[in-house]
Amino acid sequence: MSVELFGASLNPWVDAAIRLQLVVGFMTVVVMGLIYAERKILARFHQRVGPQKTGPRGLLQSVADAVKLVGKEDLRPAAADPWTFELAPYFVFIPIFLGFVIVPWVQGWNVRLLELGILYFVAISSVSIVGWVMAGWGSDNRYAIIGALRAAAQGISYELPLVLALLSAAMLAGSLQLDKIVEFQSAVPLIVWQPLGFFIFFVAALAELNRTPFDIPVGESEIVGGPFVEYSGIRWSMFFLAEYAGMLIMAFVGSSVFLGGYSWPFGEDFGLPLQVLLAAGKGGLFIFLIFWVRASVPRLRIDQLMGYSWKILLPFSFLQILINGFVLVYGLPHIILLITGVLSLGLLFWVTEGIVQRPLKSRRRRARPIAIQEAEVS
Amino acid sequence: MVEVLSQTSDQSAEFETQDLLLNVGPQHPSTHGVFRMVMTVDGEVVRDVIPYIGYLHRGAEKLCETMDFRQGIGFMDRTEYLAAFNAELSYVMAVEALADLEVPERAQWIRMILCELNRLSSHFMFLGAFGVDTGVFGTPFIYAWREREALIDLFEEVSGDRMMYAYFRPGGVAWDVPVNFVDRVREVLISATQGINDFDSLLSENEIFLARTQGVGSISATRAIALGMSGPSLRASGVDMDIRRDEPYLKYDQIDWDVITGEHGDVFDRYYCRVLEMRESIKIVKQCLEHLAPGPILPEKLPRMLRTPPGEVYLRTEAPRGEYGVYMVSKGGNRPYRCKVRSSCLSNLQALQELTIGEYVADAIVILGSIDIVLSEVDR
Repeated sequence: MSVELFGASLNPWVDAAIRLQLVVGFMTVVVMGLIYAERKILARFHQRVGPQKTGPRGLLQSVADAVKLVGKEDLRPAAADPWTFELAPYFVFIPIFLGFVIVPWVQGWNVRLLELGILYFVAISSVSIVGWVMAGWGSDNRYAIIGALRAAAQGISYELPLVLALLSAAMLAGSLQLDKIVEFQSAVPLIVWQPLGFFIFFVAALAELNRTPFDIPVGESEIVGGPFVEYSGIRWSMFFLAEYAGMLIMAFVGSSVFLGGYSWPFGEDFGLPLQVLLAAGKGGLFIFLIFWVRASVPRLRIDQLMGYSWKILLPFSFLQILINGFVLVYGLPHIILLITGVLSLGLLFWVTEGIVQRPLKSRRRRARPIAIQEAEVS
Repeated sequence: MVEVLSQTSDQSAEFETQDLLLNVGPQHPSTHGVFRMVMTVDGEVVRDVIPYIGYLHRGAEKLCETMDFRQGIGFMDRTEYLAAFNAELSYVMAVEALADLEVPERAQWIRMILCELNRLSSHFMFLGAFGVDTGVFGTPFIYAWREREALIDLFEEVSGDRMMYAYFRPGGVAWDVPVNFVDRVREVLISATQGINDFDSLLSENEIFLARTQGVGSISATRAIALGMSGPSLRASGVDMDIRRDEPYLKYDQIDWDVITGEHGDVFDRYYCRVLEMRESIKIVKQCLEHLAPGPILPEKLPRMLRTPPGEVYLRTEAPRGEYGVYMVSKGGNRPYRCKVRSSCLSNLQALQELTIGEYVADAIVILGSIDIVLSEVDR
C-alpha cells in the first residue's frame, strides 16, 4: 500500500509524517506572521505604529520575541506540582496541532481528510482545556486556578453551540468531511444559507479561542493572565504559539465550512495560485475579524458569558438545525434558509439588546443636568 | 462510634466549600498604582475586601511644614499628579486666604482655564484606564492618551512642565501665558470634543460595556454622603453637590454651566457623569476664553518672601476626583505650621468595601476603576 506525494509513492506512515512536518513547519512560520500581523493591525486600531525597529518595518519582531523567550529562564514556583506544571504546555500545544490534520488548505494540500473531519476537529480541540486546567492547578497560584476553572466552564459551554453550528452546516453539505463541504460550496458559500449558523460559529469560536470578549480565563486586567501567570520562557511561548495556532485552524475551518474555503463561486475553472489566494484571503478575513473584535469590545463577566451561551446561543443553534431539518426533509428551496436565517439572526440581536439592562437612549435622558439658577431657587 | 460515623457522612453529604483569599496588588495591572486589596472570594463572588494603602506614602504634608509657601506648591503637584493644577490651586488659595492676597482678574481666568483643562486631561486618563479595566485591549487607553497628549503639550507650553507644573503662585501665576494661548486652547478643545465623541461611540454605546457597568456597584446617596465621597463619584448617586457652584471660587459664578448628576450610583453612572462633566468643562473653558483680557498676573505689592499672619484656614476646591481641601495653620513666618490635605481619593476609596462585597471578582476591578483613585493622592 502506498500513497502518492509530490509524484513519489511512499509508505502511508512516512507520507503522513512528511505532511505533518510540512504543516507544522509552515504553521510555526505562519503563526509568527500572525503575531506580527496582530501587533501591526492592533496598532492601526490604536493609531500607533506598532513594531518597526526589528528588521524592515518590524518584520523580525516575532523572531526577536522567540529568541528572547527561548533565552529566558524556565522558572517553576517552588510550591508548584512539577509534573502537572511542566506537562501542561504540551497538553495545550499538541491537541491544537493535531487539529491541523483535517484542514483542507487548498485542493490536495492537506495531511489527511478524515471522513468524520468535523467530529475529529471538535473532539481534539476541546482536549486542550485539560492543559489549561493542568496549568492552573499545577501553578499553585490563585489567579491561575481561577483562570483554569473559568477556562473549563467556558470551554464546556461554548463547545455546544460551536458543534451545533458546524453540524447545521454539515447537514446541508451532507458530509462531515471538510473538502466535501468545500466542494458543496463551489456555487454559493454556506454563509449565504446559514447566516445565523455563521454568527453562532464565530461567537463560539471566539470563546473557544479565549479571545476578547470571552477572554475571561486570561483576563489580563483581573486575573493577570490566568493559568499562564507563573509560566515563563519557552513554556509560556508554547501557550502563546498554541493560542495563535488555534486561531489559525479555527479560521481555516470556519472559512472552509462557511465561506467556501478555496472555492471560487464564479465557475469551476480555477488554478492553484487562485486557490491559495482565496484560502488565505478567506482565512485572513476571519482572523482579521477576530483582531477587530479584540480592539473594540470589553470583556464579559463570567455569569453573562455563561448565560449568553446557554440562554441565547444554544437555543438559536437548535433553531438553526430545526430550520435546516425542515428544509431538507420537505425539500423546500434554499432561499427559505436565507430568509429564516436573516430573520432569526435579527431576533438574536434583538434578544441580546433586550438583555442589556438600560439602553443608553433612556440613560441620556436620566443623567439630568441641573442649571445653576434652578438649584438656587430650590 | 456509630454516631460519629453518621456525623461525618452528614458532613460529606453537605458539600463543604472554603473561601479563597485572593491578594490583588500592590503589583497588579488594575490597581492604578500601588494599591492592595485582599479579597475573600467564594467562587467568583467577593465576600470581603480589605484595602491596604500606604505604599506610596512620602510624607508630603510633613515636608510642607519645612518648606516655605513657594516651595510647598511643588509638593502639592506630586500629591495629585493627574490633576496637578487643581491640587496647586487649593494650596495656593489657602495661602492667599491666610496672607489676604488679592488675585488679579487675568490670573484668575488663567487658573480657571488651566484647572478645567486639567480636569479634562484627568478624566481622559480615567476613561482610558477604565476602558482597559473593563477589558478592551488598549484601545481606549491609547485614544485617551492621544487627547491627553494634546492637553499636556499645552500645559507644557504654559508652565514648562508636562506633569508637575508648579505654575500657580500665591497671588497669581508664575508668568504670563504664551501669546498664542487662546488659539491653542481652542484647538485643543476641538480635538478634546472629538475625543469625547470617540469615547461615546467606543464605550458608552457598547452593549457589552453597558452590561458590565450598569447595575454594578451601586451606592445610595445617603451612604455615599455618610462615607464622605465627593466629586463625580458622589454626584453619580444623585447628590447635587459641586463646590464650584455651591461655594464659588475663582470666577465660576460668572460662568453658565451645569452640574451633572446621575441617578443610580452604579459604575455606569460614575463613568457617564465624568463624560458629561467633560463636556461641561469644555463649555466652561470656552466662556473663560472670552473673559480673558490683558492685565497683570500678580499683585503689584508682592513681597519677595511671603509671610502670613498667624491663623488657620480650610480651603476646598472641586478637583476632578472630588473635594480637594487644604487645611493650613500658620503661626506667622514664611512656612505653614501644619498643612493637611483632604484627599478626595482617600474618602472615595472608603466606599470600596461597601461597593464590592457581593459582586463578582471581575466587577471588583471595574468598581475600583470607577472610583478613579490616584494612589499618590491617597497616600500623599
